[in-house]
Amino acid sequence: MLSIKNLQASVDDKQILKGLNLEVKAGEVHAIMGPNGSGKSTLASVLAGRDAYEVTGGEVTLEGKDLLELSPEDRAREGLFLAFQYPIEIPGVSNINFLKTAVNEIRAYKGLAPMEAKEFLKQVKEKQKLVEFDAKLANRSLNEGFSGGEKKRNEIFQLAMLEPKLSILDETDSGLDIDALRIVANGVNHLRSKDNAFVVITHYQRLLEYIVPDFVHVLYKGRIVKSGTKELALELEEKGYDWLKESVDAEEGAAI
Amino acid sequence: MSTKDDNILTELAVEEYKYGFTTDIEMDIAKKGLSEDTVRFISAKKSEPEWLLEWRLKALKHFEKMSMPQWQNFKHPKVDFQDISYYAAPKEKPKVNSIDEVDPELLETFAKLGIPLDEQKILAGVVAVDAVFDSVSVKTTFREKLKEVGVIFCSFGEAVREYPELVKKYLGTVVPQTDNLYAALNAAVFSDGSFVYIPKGVNCPMELSTYFRINAQNTGQFERTLIVADEGSYVSYLEGCTAPMRDENQLHAAVVELIALDNAEIKYSTVQNWYPGDKNGIGGIYNFVTKRGICRGDNSKISWTQVETGSSITWKYPSVILKGDNSIGEFYSVALTRNHQIADTGSKMFHIGKNTRSKIVSKGISAGVSQNSYRGLVQIGKGAEKARNFTQCDSLLIGDRCGAHTFPYIEAKNKTAKLEHEATTSKIGEDQIFYLNQRGIDSEKAVELIVNGYAKEVLNQLPMEFAVEAQKLLAISLEGSVG
Repeated sequence: MLSIKNLQASVDDKQILKGLNLEVKAGEVHAIMGPNGSGKSTLASVLAGRDAYEVTGGEVTLEGKDLLELSPEDRAREGLFLAFQYPIEIPGVSNINFLKTAVNEIRAYKGLAPMEAKEFLKQVKEKQKLVEFDAKLANRSLNEGFSGGEKKRNEIFQLAMLEPKLSILDETDSGLDIDALRIVANGVNHLRSKDNAFVVITHYQRLLEYIVPDFVHVLYKGRIVKSGTKELALELEEKGYDWLKESVDAEEGAAI
Repeated sequence: MSTKDDNILTELAVEEYKYGFTTDIEMDIAKKGLSEDTVRFISAKKSEPEWLLEWRLKALKHFEKMSMPQWQNFKHPKVDFQDISYYAAPKEKPKVNSIDEVDPELLETFAKLGIPLDEQKILAGVVAVDAVFDSVSVKTTFREKLKEVGVIFCSFGEAVREYPELVKKYLGTVVPQTDNLYAALNAAVFSDGSFVYIPKGVNCPMELSTYFRINAQNTGQFERTLIVADEGSYVSYLEGCTAPMRDENQLHAAVVELIALDNAEIKYSTVQNWYPGDKNGIGGIYNFVTKRGICRGDNSKISWTQVETGSSITWKYPSVILKGDNSIGEFYSVALTRNHQIADTGSKMFHIGKNTRSKIVSKGISAGVSQNSYRGLVQIGKGAEKARNFTQCDSLLIGDRCGAHTFPYIEAKNKTAKLEHEATTSKIGEDQIFYLNQRGIDSEKAVELIVNGYAKEVLNQLPMEFAVEAQKLLAISLEGSVG
């Protein structure tokens, strides 16, 4: 579904991603871990098309389509969803009105008529339940005055409503207490299917106890330096990143 | 800020002004210049009674003695009052009795503006329209139907002829001829406008509406609106305005007077879309307007709602004098400026009676290199026991080259008064736009969503049909704001 080949990207002329490769198939959940500053959030931003990030090499396709050629909104319409690490507040714009606009813009892109109000509201109800999202929040202004946990839950609620093919969760676990974490993870698990895929970016193994990944990758210095299964996450939890860093740094030294 | 968003925000320029056509119609235009002769010419053209001519001449004398005020938050442009023609009228029909008598070209103009003068078409009979084209009122619809319940809705000129006693009784009682420079100018040379009288106890059965259109070149538009709501009556009134695109600035100096007697309510809504000038700030209308209402009776209410998107300079402060006990004044405003537009607008609430209440909600939106100011005064008089005011001024900035300013004044002479003031300034950030992009919403729609969300509280005050129109207008005005 998602294919990343030798991706290189920079911010303010500073090279962050230095040849990243990743293949994600439908039905899979991939976790991306790594120390601070390794490029995890940069990867999420580059895939979503955030403006300040410049792609300097490599290619990315989503179901065969060149993702890097598309505007951020078209990437979203093609089925890419980013759950933000820091969801944005937009005063005055009701959550529901925003979601309706988003749903219908995506439908329009696919040549579908706007969703009927009745059907839309039915879906809202269902999905609210699925991700345990308070109906009162749905009627408030988008993320305005929401707690950290409420914002994250709102991201998962939106994910549920928009039914993307590929979802990237950018440190969705950060700032969540254990109950909120469980709710968010349950939501994601409900939404997993053989037709969609998830890339879960996280610092901690904790989230992966709830959202069990098929593959775990370690990102360091802008590249994936080790891949494995869920056991790798446990190993990292136990040993930290230093042993990996050392071997990579040693290799780099040898190359010079 | 990144380049793309820079583009997004600098491009906030240029959706072409959609109402910028001119109508090629034979016009009767007065020679340029302002003098006693001009005033006499206009008065004679309109076959006015002697008292009104005297009233105009008195205003002119005052005008000639007055000088340009200097307190506003913009450099007042030089206006050469001798270089303006003060009267322009379509030659053909100074008076029309039915739609068939209106010049077809003129009808086409109004059709282009989306104003159906064909009565059957007018919003299934819920809105009566008075259309003012340059200096004269072209047609007032639904007059007969309104007459059945005693409501008078006609052009100012007709009111002077047919209801002189009413006009004489109320004209200038809220905005005197001497009020300010532009009010004096208007009093001297006003050409037409609308007159409304709602008799005792009548709830006006439909929305009343006036559309103003400046067409002729080198002319000013000086209309006057007078609305009287007698005891226990109610009326909702809406005005809309457009003008052709021209390189020179044109002056619009209107006066609106509202009078609410005991237990009466007037709701006055404006959707102002005069030509704003081009993206370099060339041309556009100077919209210098005096609007004031008086809650003369106890328990009366006056509510102003305005959506201001046009004009190169907007300079106006719809106000309410709260004279009657328990009377209520309200002001809801959205003022959007972009390119080189300037808006200096707000409200004044004068609390005189006991238990009087007022509410001001002002939402400024600035983009491009525009300047948007809120200026307001809340005055609590000595006898205004337990008066209350709530003021909220919000500013929304798009891009980083525009300005938002707030000048709230408060004068309280009664200790029992309660006043609240809230103000916020926010910016449409690239983060917000990107967030919406990531949900499949393009940048233009994202800005529209954010702006309409921001302005919702004010738009909700408009009559339903016009709220939709105003929402579209805000969206159109912001088109091209994003890449």
